[in-house]
Amino acid sequence: MTSWLEGLARLRKYPSAVAGLLLIALLIATAIYAVTAIPYSEAQKLWRGGDAWQDLPVNAGPAWIDRLHGGEAARTVRASSDDATIREDAFEGVRVQETVLELDFEYGGFPSEVNLFLNSDFESRQPFVRLTWRTPDGEELFLGARRVGATERVSISQDQRLEGRLGYPPQVGLFTDTPPGTSEPAVRQGTYELVIETVQFEEQASLEADLVIYGQVHGLFGTDHQRRDLTVALLWGTPVALAFGLLAAVGTTVTTLIIAAAGVWYGGWVDATIQRLTEVNIILPLLPILVMIGTLYSTSIWLMLGVVVVLGIFSAGIKMYRAMLLPVRQSPYIEAARAYGASNARIILRYMVPRILPVLIPTFVTLIPTYVFLEASLAVLGLGDPVLPTWGKVLHDAQAQSALYHGFYYWVIGPAAMLMVTGLGFAMLGFALDRIFNPRLRSA
Amino acid sequence: MTSAAQTSPAPASGQSSLLDVHRLRTHFELRQWGFLRAGTVHAVDDVSFQLNAGEAVAIVGESGCGKSSLARTLLGLYRPTSGTVRFAGESLSDLRGGALKAYRARVGYVQQDPYGALPPFLDIRRILAEPLIVHGIRNRQEQERRIDAALEEVGLTPATDTRGKFPHQLSGGQQQRVVIARALLLRPSMLIADEPVSMLDASVRVEILNLLHRVQQDHRLALIYITHDLSTVRHYVDRAMVMYGGKIVEQAPVEELLRHPLHPYTEALLGALGDPDPQNAGRFRAVPGGEPPSLVTPPAGCRFHPRCPIAQKGLCDSREPSTRTPRPNHPVDCWMRE
Ligand SMILES: Nc1ncnc2c1ncn2[C@@H]1O[C@H](COP(=O)(O)OP(=O)(O)OP(=O)(O)O)[C@@H](O)[C@H]1O
Ligand SMILES: [Mg+2]
Repeated sequence: MTSWLEGLARLRKYPSAVAGLLLIALLIATAIYAVTAIPYSEAQKLWRGGDAWQDLPVNAGPAWIDRLHGGEAARTVRASSDDATIREDAFEGVRVQETVLELDFEYGGFPSEVNLFLNSDFESRQPFVRLTWRTPDGEELFLGARRVGATERVSISQDQRLEGRLGYPPQVGLFTDTPPGTSEPAVRQGTYELVIETVQFEEQASLEADLVIYGQVHGLFGTDHQRRDLTVALLWGTPVALAFGLLAAVGTTVTTLIIAAAGVWYGGWVDATIQRLTEVNIILPLLPILVMIGTLYSTSIWLMLGVVVVLGIFSAGIKMYRAMLLPVRQSPYIEAARAYGASNARIILRYMVPRILPVLIPTFVTLIPTYVFLEASLAVLGLGDPVLPTWGKVLHDAQAQSALYHGFYYWVIGPAAMLMVTGLGFAMLGFALDRIFNPRLRSA
Repeated sequence: MTSAAQTSPAPASGQSSLLDVHRLRTHFELRQWGFLRAGTVHAVDDVSFQLNAGEAVAIVGESGCGKSSLARTLLGLYRPTSGTVRFAGESLSDLRGGALKAYRARVGYVQQDPYGALPPFLDIRRILAEPLIVHGIRNRQEQERRIDAALEEVGLTPATDTRGKFPHQLSGGQQQRVVIARALLLRPSMLIADEPVSMLDASVRVEILNLLHRVQQDHRLALIYITHDLSTVRHYVDRAMVMYGGKIVEQAPVEELLRHPLHPYTEALLGALGDPDPQNAGRFRAVPGGEPPSLVTPPAGCRFHPRCPIAQKGLCDSREPSTRTPRPNHPVDCWMRE
């Protein structure tokens, strides 16, 4: 009989167990970091997308991959009227402001997009703006003029007429001095300026402007089609995956074990009923049932967890535990316990279940990633939790947006790597535990 | 070491006994494929005896004669097929709930395999606390006090050395002492010891038997000592019963039984005992030649007749012997004894 602590101490002798423990520790640290750095409600809100992400590029790869290639790709650059010089003239009852947004563009690659965000504050008469682009060489390019609402987004890189004039998409044409049609455009590095001339018709009116030159790459894990930083999902996917895997594994193992022990202890029709239920349940396919519930009812992760546990209770494990518990039932110490008056519940929970618990630790540990993968599979099938960011949902989005077809490998590799680390960590630990707690395998 | 059995007062007659077993039968149905009846094991077949408070009896018989089945039936672990077990005037089969639990506290049980009798995943303190917890003694200090006292009583001193250990860290003799301590913890008035030394090293058997004898004397316990080894009964019990094929075939005060065996089976057991070599004292004794009887299809008539040297054709092989008392206090089931 291996006692728990001895067994755990012996883990140190297995390099794979140590490596597995390190991976698990890493995952746990990530999970703790995720839930402390981004509160649950915040994570949900962020993953809904929207304005929080307006400064991030669409489908940008991870910045560190670019660094491996020499770091040429553009990063996101912002210029705001808050730190710009504003000249103001009064003129025939109106005020004319000139705001110059300055930015240094020092990258070898072109930006992916150029947007100008305007917020103006007025009572009834909208201000009027005139936009001019000034290159490092001092050349000026008129970008257009317009009235400005309260919040306005000027998608400069989407401007078809500008594209026609430049001969390139604006995000390229604005940053090159290569004439169109000659050769590959090259970036003209240097300081660019966006000159915003504003005509204000009211005394108190004001205008804020933010120019965002979107990069080609972003952060550790890149962004998706909704500009969301994948870091959020990969970070937050960790606690969700671990919690789901752990709760499902605990829920199924413990209840299965207790039910198996009760069946063995009471025998007779109790045992027979459990056996038949198990046999029926084993042939019920779990994934299709989950898909059905997810499609018809709800895809809440907690509902899925509940269904997984309920369907996992009468699993094939029951047969295995039963075989292990049958000899335990006959052991003299159980008979002794009956002789001193221990109740049935006490015998099952205190004397039978703990007897085979060590044998189950490895099974339990390797079960965790199984449930993590199940949850991810559901999400890939579009049945992920509607609000939580998870690895599976990132994969689902990637697949829906044909990420691999478009070459956005990072989109798939990030969550896949997290899933693999999870599987690997728990499997390596589980196999080592198996050798320790099931010594019959140790010689092999 | 002490052989107080001889000096202890003989059970007062007329006094109502602590344990009264009347025509007890425990049969097991053998089933094929889970439902077809394939026969009945007559493990305990029409057993009657009485046991007074503070009295020690031995039940002697060869392997498979139903000794453990009898013990388990007395402990309420097996439901008897028929007959009654009365303990302190109450019928065991009428006991329910709290009364049954109280009975379990009053009867201690020492098993054959000391290692198997201790849950391997608990330490000794916890193992001994279990019966106390089951019987509502949850005060930690009270538990400690009683556990330490029990450990010291069975010679595991100082108790602090043993408390924190796991069963596998103890020797077989020490394990059996823990089992005895557990049996004593609830302050029983009767102890059932089912072959308590047969799985132990010869060197510690006498120690454990002496320990059992001492606690029996100290607590005035009624003791049922079950053994297949007639050589281990002499100094430890007042009375001995010989069991054969599910039946008690002879019972008498132990000295009387050893000096004047009446049943041919007892004689055969004693004949095998006449080994002068002290080296063999306490060793397993060969039982009389021939096969032990089948308990599924017991021999007709006297169950011993196929092996009996004095069996009479037409009598012993057809009619079950009745109980007779050729010598005072010494009933025997044999046609050949008058
Ligand atoms: N629960 C049971 N179900 C069926 N048969 C049983 C059961 N318990 C005991 N038996 C049978 O009853 C007979 C008597 O067994 P028992 O264990 O009482 O003998 P014993 O005298 O204690 O033998 P041993 O010296 O080997 O311990 C045996 O044939 C055994 O196979
Ligand atoms: Mg036995």
